[in-house]
Amino acid sequence: MKRYSLSSIFTEAFRDNLGWEKAWKKRQPKKEYQIIIVGGGGHGLATAYYLAKNFNVTDIAVIEKGWIGGGNTGRNTTIIRSNYLQESSIGIYEKSRSLYETLSQDLNYNIMFSPRGVLMLCQTEHELRAMKRTSHANRINGVDTKMIAPEEVKELVPIININGPRFPVLGALWQPRGGTARHDAVAWGYARKCSDFGIDIIEQCEVIGVKKKREKIVGVETTKGNIKAKKVCFVAAGHSSVLADLAGFRLPIESVALQALVSEPIKPIIDCVVMANTVHGYLSQSDKGELVIGGGADGYNNYSQRGSFLHIEETVRALVETFPVISRLRQLRQWGGIVDMTGDRSPIISKTPVDGLYINCGWGTGGFKAIPGSGWATAEMIYNEQPGKLASPFSINRFSEGRLIDESAAAAVAH
Amino acid sequence: MLNIFCPICQRDCDETELSCGGQAHLIRRDHASSDKDFYEYLYERKNDKGIIFERWRHVYGCGKWFHTARCTLTNQVFGSYSAKEVQPPKSILATIRRSRVDFKGWVK
Repeated sequence: MKRYSLSSIFTEAFRDNLGWEKAWKKRQPKKEYQIIIVGGGGHGLATAYYLAKNFNVTDIAVIEKGWIGGGNTGRNTTIIRSNYLQESSIGIYEKSRSLYETLSQDLNYNIMFSPRGVLMLCQTEHELRAMKRTSHANRINGVDTKMIAPEEVKELVPIININGPRFPVLGALWQPRGGTARHDAVAWGYARKCSDFGIDIIEQCEVIGVKKKREKIVGVETTKGNIKAKKVCFVAAGHSSVLADLAGFRLPIESVALQALVSEPIKPIIDCVVMANTVHGYLSQSDKGELVIGGGADGYNNYSQRGSFLHIEETVRALVETFPVISRLRQLRQWGGIVDMTGDRSPIISKTPVDGLYINCGWGTGGFKAIPGSGWATAEMIYNEQPGKLASPFSINRFSEGRLIDESAAAAVAH
Repeated sequence: MLNIFCPICQRDCDETELSCGGQAHLIRRDHASSDKDFYEYLYERKNDKGIIFERWRHVYGCGKWFHTARCTLTNQVFGSYSAKEVQPPKSILATIRRSRVDFKGWVK
């Protein structure tokens, strides 16, 4: 792989940019691999990358039904933060956020990480109380967040209306080290580096069956033929239940469509991320000038990747009240992704009832921020054949054992 | 926007009038059941990509629960039936088969 650098830009500039290589090689599946990762989104690619980087395992195939980063990795609102409530969540999300800080250098790929700060508004007394609790939990666990007053919010975000009347801003939880990154670049950067390690990235290849021998995994059946493997990991977000069904077990997961939209591009008006959980909307401005707005999830299971229009209306209606300046903006694009919701709104990184089969799912509405940490923890679990410190609280058994990691209040909007 | 027939009010309702209650025909467990059974009842869901049977409540109408058959991929609704039914009625299954030849039937 040719490194991207200032000199490579100069060199290419003088020869009509004809020397750039494809970021990753398109491969056809071999007959057998040590490890197969099913799902070529951020989490799957990060898992393969950290298996290679931290454990020197490169006999890996990442198989993807569609194209790299075409699922939720390319459909989110790119927010990165770690201001969660529970210790185990803070562990993995903070690991992830800190990995994001140097990810561009690690991958030699500009992921445009922009720690512009994340503001979580408190618009009811109850929310204010819950956020105060979160800020204390953050402080105990060494996450840099603090509560700020409405006037400070106004100073950070001059376009905000803090007086209500329906949703006055009573305060906010401020995480200055949170921010955004270019979501496609995260997937592409990981894919490029994986390919460089010799990992096969196989696109347009859907898993249609799981091969087992006495409750032990021996491979997968795909649209490009059978592939044998010693270990398999499902990292398929909203489609995890479909894969689990093929492997013969059920998951504590329900899939729903979550939507986002962008406005037409305008001059810079907001330089941090604002999340308004009470009204179910969040807002940031992309480098192109579009306002990136995330909304609520559908109230019923579906795999439609569209979402109900009424949720867009609800989100925008509430945001217009908080940000009156956006009322005349036109919507440029709208899209939906299928998110995998667990009962406690925390992910599952776990072994499964099938020996040698692992699963990473349940990130629900907030998976993008967790990509590096999740890949790190999943790689550790697959290599050691059991979860490490970061992943162990997120085992599938937590539901039957009654040790839920409740993030329904502290986690992202649509929860 | 979904448009679902309420079998109690005998009229079509917009999605905004209704609230979804998740998978239908779950077997309710009592205190004497095993941990595994209770886990299945509380958390494990079919979450199928395709035809599902689910509970809906006409919140801004009669306030009553009923069941609906819907495709989770296309959001096509195949009809509603009473919440008293312990499994999907034959008429609903026949309606689904008419447009989905590969429909395998209801699985518990």
